[in-house]
Amino acid sequence: MEVADIIIKFVLVVVIFAISLVIAMYSTYAERKIAAFFQDRIGPNRAGPWGIFQPLADGGKMFLKEEIIPTNSNTFLFIAGPSLAILTACIGSAVIPWGQQLVIGKYTIPLQVTDINVGVLYIFGVVSLGVYGIMIGGWASNNKYSLLGAIRAASQNISYEIAMGLSIIALLMVTGTLSLKEIAAKQHGFWYHGWFTWNFFRQPLGFLLFIVCAFAETNRAPFDLPECETELIGGYHTEYSSMKLGFYLFSEYINMFVSGAVMATLYFGGYNFPFMHYFSGNVLALLGVVALFAKIFFFIFFFMWVRWTLPRFRYDQLMDLGWKILIPLAIANIIITGVWITYL
Amino acid sequence: MSTFYFIAFLSVFFSILVITAKNPVHSILYLIITFFTFTIHYILMNAEFLAVVNFIVYMGAILVLFLYTLMLMNLNKESEPHKSILIKIVGFIAGGCFLATIVAALKALHVSQPVILQNPGLGLVKNLGGILFNEYLLPFELSSILLLSAMVGAVLLATKDKESKTA
Repeated sequence: MEVADIIIKFVLVVVIFAISLVIAMYSTYAERKIAAFFQDRIGPNRAGPWGIFQPLADGGKMFLKEEIIPTNSNTFLFIAGPSLAILTACIGSAVIPWGQQLVIGKYTIPLQVTDINVGVLYIFGVVSLGVYGIMIGGWASNNKYSLLGAIRAASQNISYEIAMGLSIIALLMVTGTLSLKEIAAKQHGFWYHGWFTWNFFRQPLGFLLFIVCAFAETNRAPFDLPECETELIGGYHTEYSSMKLGFYLFSEYINMFVSGAVMATLYFGGYNFPFMHYFSGNVLALLGVVALFAKIFFFIFFFMWVRWTLPRFRYDQLMDLGWKILIPLAIANIIITGVWITYL
Repeated sequence: MSTFYFIAFLSVFFSILVITAKNPVHSILYLIITFFTFTIHYILMNAEFLAVVNFIVYMGAILVLFLYTLMLMNLNKESEPHKSILIKIVGFIAGGCFLATIVAALKALHVSQPVILQNPGLGLVKNLGGILFNEYLLPFELSSILLLSAMVGAVLLATKDKESKTA
């Protein structure tokens, strides 16, 4: 690997990292504005014009608050919990193809940090690792409410991972590859040979299952039982204060961003958009990035839309939905896909 | 080569910490790190599929359930069962036998080349799938039936008590 390649990768990683953090930051603002809109309020409007500096003010507040570590807690694990949560949230974006390659001078820059052959499984692994941050933090707090929240998070994530994995298997049967770059490239354009090219139109049921599981894996409403404030005070982050609490809340928004990117790439064509054959070169690549981000923003909006529309599930309803509805549906989807591939 | 020995050292180091840790939850956390070093071993051997599956299944699912159970049990020094002297003696003898076996096995040991791969493409998804579904199709299917029957058996055992109460 040349020095130029290393510099290119380094810049790409830093840019993606910065973008995820900024988007996560402004997701908190968007969440409050959207909640205000849904409830016919105004929302944050004091810090700057339309309140657009509100996330900065919130960040400053988080940093300056008193940091409390409970006396009987395990200090190392108490700090490791939120660190692990934000780490696993950030590393998921490494395999997502953000666009086609850019050509600047003699350098070709692929807009993807790394194209590993098992990209889909990598995402899946990072998702399954995400629960440790919550579990370790919840246990180390030495508080019954935190422990209950952590245990809820663990069983919820394990249950929905199965359905998520099964829904991905049907998608892999259609695409025939585990590499996210190839999956995105196969959905080129929008319409080809009398049918849509995007995977959503080949796997509608699979997408429905995937998005429900994504809600459960990111602990978003209506599945936010690990931090259900009516029963568990604050759930797994009851004992947390200052920026460690900030890390937990922030990692949820980064997870939302990454899962939006994954859903856009797997099911909604990634960087592809209709009429893309009219463009070429760098213009096409940049428009592709814009298209991907438009899809991601739509999914982030969708997460918030659902949160402020649906009430929270009861815990037994959550488990029933996961095990008795989503898993059988996912298996049926695999069988239907198998028959469809064999006979059509 | 040095990478392999470093990771191998970490594996051994953390697996020793697993059995010496006083707190069972810490012990599981060390076990998680041990499994993570196994994942790195698989990557060094170019077996990317096994690496990721080890990551998802062992680190992401099985050890989460271990941690889950241990957190619920709230084990500490007071609730630790008192072991009788007889059990300690039996344990000592069994451990001694195991040590003797290991030492005897060491005699037959010859240093292999852990980092030189005989068949570097074998661990890729495509090749692994081809081998599993052509050469080893029957054992593969049989093992899946075995796992399914184990699962059904576990569910049956778990629900047995409840049925006897209601009946």
